[in-house]
Amino acid sequence: MAWCAIENRYGDDKVSSACGLFGYMDTSGALHAGTRIIDAICNMQERGNGLGSGYAAYGLYPEFSEHYAFHVMCRDDAARQELDGYLRRHFAVVHDEPIPHRHVQGILDPPVVWRYFLLPLSAQMVGRSEQDYIVHQVMTINATESAFVVSSGKNMGIFKGVGHPEQIAEFYQVQDYAGYLWTAHNRFPTNTPGWWGGAHPFGLLDWSVVHNGEISSYGINRRYIEMHGYRCTMRTDTEVIAYAADLVMRRHGLSAEMGSAVFAPPLWSEINALPAGEQRAMRLIRQTYGQLLMNGPFAIIVARNGEMLGLCDRIHLRPMVAAIKDSVLYVSSERAAIHLVEPQPDQTWTPLGGEPVIARLGERPRVSGSAALCVTATDKEPSYA
Amino acid sequence: MPEQRLTDTVLTAPEGVHVVEQVVLESRGVPYRELNARIHGLVEEGVSAIRLNGLIGQRYIGTNLRHPVHLTIDGVPGNDLGAFMDGPTIEVLGSAQDGCGNTMNGGAIIIHGSAGDIIGHSMRGGEIYVRDSVGYRVGIHMKEYESMRPVIVIGGTAQHFLGEYMAGGILIVLGTNLGSGVAHPSHYVGTGMHGGAIYLRGRVDTNLVGKEVGQMPLGPEDHLILQRYVGEYCRYFRADAEALLRGPFTKLAPLTKRPYGRLYAY
Repeated sequence: MAWCAIENRYGDDKVSSACGLFGYMDTSGALHAGTRIIDAICNMQERGNGLGSGYAAYGLYPEFSEHYAFHVMCRDDAARQELDGYLRRHFAVVHDEPIPHRHVQGILDPPVVWRYFLLPLSAQMVGRSEQDYIVHQVMTINATESAFVVSSGKNMGIFKGVGHPEQIAEFYQVQDYAGYLWTAHNRFPTNTPGWWGGAHPFGLLDWSVVHNGEISSYGINRRYIEMHGYRCTMRTDTEVIAYAADLVMRRHGLSAEMGSAVFAPPLWSEINALPAGEQRAMRLIRQTYGQLLMNGPFAIIVARNGEMLGLCDRIHLRPMVAAIKDSVLYVSSERAAIHLVEPQPDQTWTPLGGEPVIARLGERPRVSGSAALCVTATDKEPSYA
Repeated sequence: MPEQRLTDTVLTAPEGVHVVEQVVLESRGVPYRELNARIHGLVEEGVSAIRLNGLIGQRYIGTNLRHPVHLTIDGVPGNDLGAFMDGPTIEVLGSAQDGCGNTMNGGAIIIHGSAGDIIGHSMRGGEIYVRDSVGYRVGIHMKEYESMRPVIVIGGTAQHFLGEYMAGGILIVLGTNLGSGVAHPSHYVGTGMHGGAIYLRGRVDTNLVGKEVGQMPLGPEDHLILQRYVGEYCRYFRADAEALLRGPFTKLAPLTKRPYGRLYAY
């Protein structure tokens, strides 16, 4: 029996609702314990159904900040032993250990969870850059179906599985970790099975992606990234976003702003109304990356070391609220989750579809573009009361 | 859940500020089913005012309430606030999330802040007042029938697809947050609209409105509508009605009752 069939104990392949997502970044680099992100994502319990939850944290492993941290899941101990041998043949293993976890009521048949801190063996890289080598190895391992790499970046990690967000947090003891950037997801699978590998966030190198919605253009997006050496093995549309982010924003060097224009470009009518220079840039983006345009309803948070990007589809078919408090930028599916962990934000707004919300380490966060018109700084008891 | 009964002022009930016996429910951490059951129970007892303190994202508050009770919400109500309700007044001391007033039949929702997407979704009657701005697709598919005519008044601006597939009712957007000469930022206003009217105060870029609506001249009846509902808005939020009513207002109304009647049939 396939792994996913065992772990989707409800056996459903089509239900309809909406996932929840939450992300926040302290652009000062100050570390925050996992407690706030757990509170925030658990506050949106109706957005998930227990078939997947997860957390990504950055600034997680300062003691191994120069090593690639592989969070892996293995079907059983034998698969873990096999993976261990593979990793030692292809990497210098600096340190490895089980990811600390607890038995949690309702978390059934968890995989073996382990973490490795690695450096690539240059003799094995044969013409690949260090990061391309990591991508190649992750793709190779993830195609085996007996083990897979959940996250593979430096100084970050992803904790995820099948369960409600409070269960997954307890399973991994997420509250004990600290990071300056956290994202979280509460899954309500619609078109694909709920299984451990299909929970969000999805990771590759230091990328992590949480996603609410569905990518109607999955077929063309997948074919495009497969032409560039990525392999889709997670049985869900979201992984293409992680690989597309890696292709466009790491390998091709586009900024988060331009990457957003690839995934959710302006409509042609809007492009026609732009000044000449911008119009030319947007035409080039759409001509070059037409096959990476993501259609259908989505709200996503894409993160990597030092940067967080929130983005909705062009006509905003999934909700997203953003807020700023001092050096911290919040992005959430719902306003209340932000207010739970930050009762007095300086500014709160709903970003326009296709308009990225970006936080960068060392840069004070600010309200993005035309959404500035719809900012509300007044989420308190009215003064005339 | 912790509960107390005290004499209190209700902020801006339709009759103005007045004093009532109010039941205060401490709502933090209480699931919505429990809260709604308690609200329905109190209403059955004849309580006329309830205040929910510390609400934080609980959905469906006030759903299907059919009595003229006054609910005050201190906190952030979750999605679908007041869905299907028929008669209550819900006052939010802050901002609301998506879908508030979903398919509501009667009563009023007054939001002292902003609100999210699809406010007044499929609304069939009653009134919604939002002091500040709103998200996408506000008033989507609201409708009217005989004396049932839903109304949404927004103080600030709306994001895109305002009044999408609107089949009836009144949408008023006052644009109080727009700088002078700045046009409403909402694109595709009234896309698919086939009934009702949208009134926008301030400059409107007609290139941004949907293909299915046209700009109509304001008649005496339109001025009466504006006086009544902008007046209500100003009473709730202590704004200057005279200044707001000076406009100028643009009225958008559907060009046809069946915009897609010939889309797939030749």
